[in-house]
Amino acid sequence: MAVSGIVMVLYLIAHMIGNLKAFSGAESFNSYSAWIRTVGNPALPGQTTLWIIRIALLVAVVAHIWAAVSLWRQAKRARPERYVTKKAVAQSYASRTMRWGGVIILAFIIYHILDLTTGTVNPEGHDSTPYDRLVASFENPLVTAFYAISVILLGMHLRHGIWSATQTLGQSNRRREKTVSAFAFGFATLLTLGFLLVPLSVLFGLID
Amino acid sequence: MTASMQSSVGNPGAEKRGMNLTLRIWRQQGPTAKGKMVTYKITDISPDMSFLEMLDVLNEQLILQGDDPVAFDHDCREGICGMCGVMINGQAHGPQQTTTCQLHMRSFKDGDSIDIEPWRASPFPVIKDLAVDRRAFDRIIQAGGYISVPTGTAPDAHATPVPKADSDAAFDAATCIGCGACVAACPNASSMLFTAAKVTHLGLMPQGQPERNDRVVNMIAQQDREGFGGCTNIGECSAACPKGISMETISRLNHDLLGALRAGARPKS
Repeated sequence: MAVSGIVMVLYLIAHMIGNLKAFSGAESFNSYSAWIRTVGNPALPGQTTLWIIRIALLVAVVAHIWAAVSLWRQAKRARPERYVTKKAVAQSYASRTMRWGGVIILAFIIYHILDLTTGTVNPEGHDSTPYDRLVASFENPLVTAFYAISVILLGMHLRHGIWSATQTLGQSNRRREKTVSAFAFGFATLLTLGFLLVPLSVLFGLID
Repeated sequence: MTASMQSSVGNPGAEKRGMNLTLRIWRQQGPTAKGKMVTYKITDISPDMSFLEMLDVLNEQLILQGDDPVAFDHDCREGICGMCGVMINGQAHGPQQTTTCQLHMRSFKDGDSIDIEPWRASPFPVIKDLAVDRRAFDRIIQAGGYISVPTGTAPDAHATPVPKADSDAAFDAATCIGCGACVAACPNASSMLFTAAKVTHLGLMPQGQPERNDRVVNMIAQQDREGFGGCTNIGECSAACPKGISMETISRLNHDLLGALRAGARPKS
């Protein structure tokens, strides 16, 4: 969970920064999108770099889901009979929503790729520019709302995930606990805001 | 104490008032029998009673009525043996962070309804009512929670120096009494905090070093074999632990585990 999670977090940082290109205009955004597809040229032909990243991400996603499902099943087997009354004392909302939140995030990622990468479900279709797809998609309040909910869930997922990964990798201790928690919260908040900025700007007409 | 006794003695008209409670207790005849929650009314409970004494009062009533008393585990009743422990209103050992025997009825109010259930985890099967079989913990200890020392006369106390900070942290972890509240409180029914406490306790001491790598891989393998859930670092365990074993021990266990696996340690099958 921890290692595959870190791979995805590193990608998310790059993705979030790339998104902000939308503020410097259609041309800049589209040329950034084209650049991603040609990084490493001519040493590496075509979209080699992009596909390496995609495959690494796919492996990380599959490993993450496999680990999550194993833990989920293990937990179900370990407590077949549930408590009549159970009170949670320490668990945060973030930690409680890890599993179903993760499922919603997965559904969102699938939609997100079909919408903005392939254009399959985008109103502009697949032979449009990335910038046009971005604007067309987020002008719809429903799409923006789904995006916002998913990204906020992702933020909470990271808030618990970063802390949990630190524990799993054996890097936490009593002295660091507060710092790790504060970092997890700060990082998750920043990333969420960074991702929310572009779609909300489209919705409110700051980007068109 | 004397003041209250004097006032009741000096005031014969004053009514001695205890609490009236409604208890909903998990009753299960045996390991394979189907259990259910049964409601009991109990009256005149003193706030100074411990939770177990309150159950004793209930059992005396049940015996007088010719009913089967409620089976529950207990031993020292001093909070140090780790034998007692039940879920009280959905919390392991109840609303205070202590053992069930050290929980007092002053933590409840007159008229309260209290749900009492056994620890629920498949590695802790119910023996009867509230008593569960926790030998899974013994088997985790047998898998590596010890140090092998040659027998003979006791070594000099100062023969092996231990840094004060290490001995303090080791002692904090060693206070684990193996009651099982961590498993009971964990949403995954994981025994990670228990195992982590043992790994931390021995791993911080010089005497624990020779078997450090084997210990962690074997104890983790045993905990998986017993069928406990996996740890997702929620923190319910530490919050329920009567000894306040910290989440830090889990990180320490994972650190030892990764180091041991890198060093080529593999669990005994």
